[in-house]
Amino acid sequence: MSETIGIVPSAKTVEIESHSINFGPQHPAAHGVLRLILELDGEVVERADPHIGLLHRGTEKLIEYKTYMQAVPYFDRLDYVSPMCEEHAFALAVEKLLGITAPDRAQWIRVLFAEITRVLNHLLNLTTYALDVGAITPSLWGFEEREKLMEFHEAASGARLHANYFRPGGVSKDLPAGLTDKIAAWAETFPKFVDDIESLLTNNRIWKQRTVDIGTFSAEQALAWGFSGPPLRASGVPWDLRRAQPYDKYAEVEFQIPVGRNGDCYDRYLMRVYELRESVKIIKQALAKMKPGPIKVQDRKFSPPTRGEMKRSMEALIHHFKLYTEGYHVPAGATYTAVESPKGEFGVYLVADGTNKPYRCKIRSTGFAFLQASDVLCKRHMLADVCAIIGSLDVVFGEIDR
Amino acid sequence: MELLGQAVAAIPGVSGFRIEGGELVAHASRESILTLMTTLRDDPRFAFEQVMDICGVDWPDREDRFDVVYNLLSVTLNQRLRVITTTDTVLPVPSVHTVWPVATWWEREAWDLYGIIFSGQPDLRRILTDYGFEGHPLRKDFPLTGYVEVRYDEERKQVVNEPVRLTQDFRSFDFLSPWEAMTTLPGDEKVFTERAAEQAKG
Repeated sequence: MSETIGIVPSAKTVEIESHSINFGPQHPAAHGVLRLILELDGEVVERADPHIGLLHRGTEKLIEYKTYMQAVPYFDRLDYVSPMCEEHAFALAVEKLLGITAPDRAQWIRVLFAEITRVLNHLLNLTTYALDVGAITPSLWGFEEREKLMEFHEAASGARLHANYFRPGGVSKDLPAGLTDKIAAWAETFPKFVDDIESLLTNNRIWKQRTVDIGTFSAEQALAWGFSGPPLRASGVPWDLRRAQPYDKYAEVEFQIPVGRNGDCYDRYLMRVYELRESVKIIKQALAKMKPGPIKVQDRKFSPPTRGEMKRSMEALIHHFKLYTEGYHVPAGATYTAVESPKGEFGVYLVADGTNKPYRCKIRSTGFAFLQASDVLCKRHMLADVCAIIGSLDVVFGEIDR
Repeated sequence: MELLGQAVAAIPGVSGFRIEGGELVAHASRESILTLMTTLRDDPRFAFEQVMDICGVDWPDREDRFDVVYNLLSVTLNQRLRVITTTDTVLPVPSVHTVWPVATWWEREAWDLYGIIFSGQPDLRRILTDYGFEGHPLRKDFPLTGYVEVRYDEERKQVVNEPVRLTQDFRSFDFLSPWEAMTTLPGDEKVFTERAAEQAKG
């Protein structure tokens, strides 16, 4: 290279030739199983070629062989950091095809837990993102807070991660007694915690040096590259599906949508911090507006009867048996239903053919589009910035590889 | 939405539109996809700045067995549109990666999982399946269990691919209720013929 530019190598000149390296699939900053082939010029990235699919499990194919109710747990395992939001998209899609609406309480519970899941997701992302660029303390603090939220998940659904809680037609069971009080108490303390996290990062000189003006994306670029969620808003596009195309009870809650200006890694971090605060507001409103009532549609053709009812009524027993073997038949049709998952737009394109199994279930994963843009984002950045960019995009491979 | 549908249907290459459960769906011919998508993005009446998803759907009984489904989103006008075109295993669909760069990976995915060919797509590599994978797994005639299984061979000290061997046959239960389709039980036909005869008598 030195010859081409005509510099005579001296003792001080170091000859570097372009070479490519493998980033991952076992790199701790690869957020799972990303294999990124980086072509480097010295320490500067010339080209990034992500190889995905190392976690491909054929979820879409498997769902075609399962009844609609059996398909729900697969959604937990897509984006395992925000399981309930993924279920939400599928539940809404099936409800749309069936032509049913979940009762009010179920919708409030879904909003409540979708926001708890959003906090869970952002806590994991912010803290591991900070870890990727060298800040260890946020992850120690954040994971403690996540533990409290996972206990709420466990209390409601019985599982900390793979909840299988949102079902087409409502939620699987009502909240246990006292849980809302616990959540309300937590919501009071949480803004203080966000302040603490911010005190570690927001004005931290090293954090800013590593993230400001790194991986900038203009609004036009972000739109063309299919961005959604916090990375799109960081680029200055005020777009949130909870506001623009509200589902469940999101039309009835007040919240602000943070919008960034620079579209760099720092703005993407700020978006998530602000969303944490907004999520707490939504959680408080959901708790206040929630009233007792049924938590799933009362049509026994779609939602199973209670255990007690099943022991007394023959009809209920038949319904239970039919729902858990054959499942319900969904009228032929197709829908593309999207929700604002913590990462961005998570969509389900569901084609039903009138039987008890989906004919086609395409999962529009958010991170798929983000990761594709990593080539453009990483270009002419230092190798160390790749970690910051990947962290700021909030990619989870369960979702991308499906 | 009705108005938007009519406006979309007026673009050359669109054969019709329908509103399905509150969602606008347009059918378009394969050849016109690229010009259609450019119009949909650039015309201020449509302003579909984003393609949220491109995917295939397999209908093996049809002559053109694949649907290619484009889900478009406009963030300025807050509207969605689904464009559906058809193709088969050999006819290429024009790539839209020049309109939206994000289309590259969706098209690679459709190629990988269904074998849909996109013309003008410079990077039509497999994306989700393993290196050296053969076949297109989401086609309806591809078995759920696949054809090869992978394991680590301790003697050869490497990962090997072998034809799939099932210790138990693949179990596909037919849960579809016989009661809705069958009005007469086997061996019970006489009851129904007699009942029909009675009804005919009045």
